[in-house]
Amino acid sequence: MYKIGVVGDMDSITGFRAVGLSVFPCSKPEEAEKIVMKMAREEYAIIYIMESLAVQIPETIDKYSDVMLPAVIAIPDRNGSTGRGLDNVRKAVERAVGADILFGGDK
Amino acid sequence: MADERLNVNPTRMQLTRLKRRLATARRGHKLMKDKRDELMKNFLELAKENARLRSEVEEALAVVYKDFEKARAVMSSEVLEESLMYPKQGVKLSVSRRNIMSVNVPVFDFTAAAEERGNLLPYGFARTSGELDGAMAAVTAVFPDLLELAAREKETQLLAAELEKTRRRVNALEYVMIPRLENTIRYIQMKLDENERGSQTRLMKVKDMVLNDAHSYAERLREGEDVIGR
Repeated sequence: MYKIGVVGDMDSITGFRAVGLSVFPCSKPEEAEKIVMKMAREEYAIIYIMESLAVQIPETIDKYSDVMLPAVIAIPDRNGSTGRGLDNVRKAVERAVGADILFGGDK
Repeated sequence: MADERLNVNPTRMQLTRLKRRLATARRGHKLMKDKRDELMKNFLELAKENARLRSEVEEALAVVYKDFEKARAVMSSEVLEESLMYPKQGVKLSVSRRNIMSVNVPVFDFTAAAEERGNLLPYGFARTSGELDGAMAAVTAVFPDLLELAAREKETQLLAAELEKTRRRVNALEYVMIPRLENTIRYIQMKLDENERGSQTRLMKVKDMVLNDAHSYAERLREGEDVIGR
């Protein structure tokens, strides 16, 4: 059985704990890096990480983009979306196609 | 780069081997190209879907955060934390894999395991406010979408990686391997032809010399005999 975890600042993650996800409060990027790596070693299939933290540890997150598990997904924190999540999709398209052909027009 | 050729000996055996390799490379190139096109088709749909789902989830999450903020405003932070300390719903997640064009992508199946049906709130109503109930409802509602997003996003990433690899391979075959093999084959063929011509002339020359010796044309010419017209 796999687990789902959420990494982010204390105030943003309360809601996720309520639905039964494991939460890891953390605010510093170095800390987040360690937590994510530790979670990846354990049986976490999905790791949600707040965008504000995700932008600070891109290497750690990219490390898991080519393996099947875990899925590291950036979600907006309570300060609202920074567009970083959509940026990831855009980056994937760019990587696959060689150019951004999906979102180039409407941005 | 394309005019380069492989560093091989120009022999007939190499020629056969290279011709076979060229045939394989051509076939591989065609297959890879088909794979790339199919992957691309899947991928673009997936990426669009992913983007749509993401903006949906982000909007829903914004509502969730706002609701919790409200709850936090009307009740003390400690009580709120305390109320949510022991969640009643657990999430059981099982992961299986699905194969899309030889890419293994995870499929997440989850069952929300609640201790009692109908009552998912991990707190009594005495000390909490109604805002918290609303926030709980919102976060429970967004949860399935959140999982769906994780699956789609992972799928997009994995397909992107595979697509990149396939694209590179197609290009490498098309612009490096195949031209190089063709050049080498041409080079060996020319070399072999040249050798053949060389040995042909050599043979003719030798034959001349041998005939000359056997019939001693030179001496007979000197004696005034008409050797050619004879």
